[in-house]
Amino acid sequence: MSTHQATFVRASMIEAAPAPSRESGIVHWLRTNLFATPKDTALTIISLLVLAWIVPPAIQWLFIDAAWTGGGRGVCATLAQGGSQPDGWSGACWAFVSAKFDQFLFGRYPLEERWRPALVGVLFVLFLVPMLIPKVPYKGLNAVLLLAVLPIIATILLPGGWLGLTFVETPLWGGLMVTLVLSFVGIAVSLPLGILLALGRRSNMPVIKMLCTVFIEIVRGVPLITVLFMASVMLPLFLPQGVTFDKFLRALIGVSLFASAYMAEVVRGGLQAIPKGQYEGADSLGLSYWQKMGLIVLPQALKLVIPGIVNTFIGLFKDTSLVSIIGMFDLLGIVRLNFTDTNWASAVTPLTGLIFAGFVFWLFCFGMSRYSGFMERLLDKSQR
Amino acid sequence: MGIGANAASAATLDDVKAKGFVQCGVNTGLAGFAAPDAAGNWSGFDVDYCKAIAAAIFGDATKVKYTPTSAKERFPALQSGEVDVLARNTTWTINRDTALGFNFRPVNYYDGQGFMVRKGLDVKSALELSGAAVCVQTGTTTELNLADYFKANNLQYNPVVFEKLEEVNAAYDAGRCDVYTTDQSGLYSLRLTLSNPDDHIILPEIISKEPLGPAVRQGDDQWFDIVTWVHYALVQAEEFGITQANVEEMKKSANPDVQRFLGVEADSKIGTDLGLTNEWAVNVVKAVGNYGEIFDRNIGAGSPLKIERGLNALWTKGGLQYAIPVR
Repeated sequence: MSTHQATFVRASMIEAAPAPSRESGIVHWLRTNLFATPKDTALTIISLLVLAWIVPPAIQWLFIDAAWTGGGRGVCATLAQGGSQPDGWSGACWAFVSAKFDQFLFGRYPLEERWRPALVGVLFVLFLVPMLIPKVPYKGLNAVLLLAVLPIIATILLPGGWLGLTFVETPLWGGLMVTLVLSFVGIAVSLPLGILLALGRRSNMPVIKMLCTVFIEIVRGVPLITVLFMASVMLPLFLPQGVTFDKFLRALIGVSLFASAYMAEVVRGGLQAIPKGQYEGADSLGLSYWQKMGLIVLPQALKLVIPGIVNTFIGLFKDTSLVSIIGMFDLLGIVRLNFTDTNWASAVTPLTGLIFAGFVFWLFCFGMSRYSGFMERLLDKSQR
Repeated sequence: MGIGANAASAATLDDVKAKGFVQCGVNTGLAGFAAPDAAGNWSGFDVDYCKAIAAAIFGDATKVKYTPTSAKERFPALQSGEVDVLARNTTWTINRDTALGFNFRPVNYYDGQGFMVRKGLDVKSALELSGAAVCVQTGTTTELNLADYFKANNLQYNPVVFEKLEEVNAAYDAGRCDVYTTDQSGLYSLRLTLSNPDDHIILPEIISKEPLGPAVRQGDDQWFDIVTWVHYALVQAEEFGITQANVEEMKKSANPDVQRFLGVEADSKIGTDLGLTNEWAVNVVKAVGNYGEIFDRNIGAGSPLKIERGLNALWTKGGLQYAIPVR
């Protein structure tokens, strides 16, 4: 009798082998994302070629060939242009940005008084950052500091004229400071005003409804440039001689009202998206109008329209550069103004200045966009 | 557009003295004429005129505030009284002098529209430019002058128009058009930003007259006289050879004309008749120098622009700058 003699008996479990290289790691990622089909492969190769065509020259121009230091157009001009760079040279003129950096921040604000906008800027960051981080406590106090105390401090410090501070007129303001003041005030005014206008437009009271609708439609029907231009050019012609009313204030009011009308329509979109049952449920609980709106409807509606609200903020932030057509210099305006300084006139100065201004605008807008994405995920828990 | 003109008060000088400064309308940025310096202060040819007017009135060139005005804003700003004087490279035309209700008299800069072309094209005259692509800024009189000139001479051209000056400059530098046209002063500032300035020439033709000068509201002759005579004093100082450096010394000059001009003559009324002090011409020259010094410092040989005096030389040197006698 013979038994079957096994030649091999597995005594222990085999170790799990790593997945085939084409199914894991970077190769897998590349295969599924970049080279999944022949069409994908072709698109990937074309994209890489375009990048290879754009990126190295851009880096070369922006950083390697750039003129970083120097005190005049000479460092950014070629020998033929009367400068010190070799003929045929082209690179970014960062020396221009660094020489004019203070002006880009503060405009023509007097040198010895620049600590005032700088202090307001520091306070703004100090109050804003804890406001934006959900974990930090004392949100109520923080909101009071940011929305009530800071505007008061800014109103005292920026123009001055009291408490022993020299008066700095608004035509001297400029640069990033003007951009930020206009956008902050625009945002802080337009959100509450926009919500009120949106509620008014959906109100059952005919007069309020009509007034809100007329305001929104008129403001939305007129370009911002026209509003600014009317405020700056036409208004003084109708005022009696000697009555002047600060141009910056006029622009501030124009921008805020303009943003409010857009905000109202965004918020109205949110209000309409809330099912009727929510309104009726609130009514059946016996809540008053403001309780219904404040506790039930608006928290849901506003959460829905965060992308639209942030979109309006970003639009507003960028629209502030339109004030340069009424002779005020926001960041872009002051950068462009400095192109006319003959001590810095060169072929590459305008391009460098515009890249710098574009980068600063992008930083702010991208920051707002990322933060709104974060808020959406945070508030979205009920929907998951 | 006459609404604002009647609102304008008559005695600008009294208003200016009461508020303590001259409100001066300048360009929102034009190389050499009104541009920010390193510290962000306004400087330039037109800005020096604002300073000169302030010096004539207050003996202090810092008593001036600037309102940057865009091309569209400048006239309403003057009409409404927002600015006292407009020193903003504004061309004197009959329409502006009459219908818009302004007064112009002295021309502080004779400009004119010209053409710049690449040397490689081998063009010697604007009449050879038929079929050329011309870079021009839109919405300016430059564009209209260009159309008029080519139509009058039966030439064809392709306008390549841009909204912003930097765009026009970049397009011309990149070779998107053969010809660049703007005021001659602008052609000089363009040269600073070209990759190879020596590859370009400015054609001899001047196709338009652009007499630039300060403007004031109609109906206030005293103020108009002050603005006018500040310019003539600057030119007169150059004729006499009075400079910022030697003005105090020149007071001792034996020349009766110079003595009268500087207000050191016995019982002089050279300034009081204008509503100023007799020292006004001294103050102007002390603050900004004479016309030639202003020109050199901002746009002439002493600046990166290096514009030739040309028509703006003194009449004694073949130019058009001629001071009305101060006596």
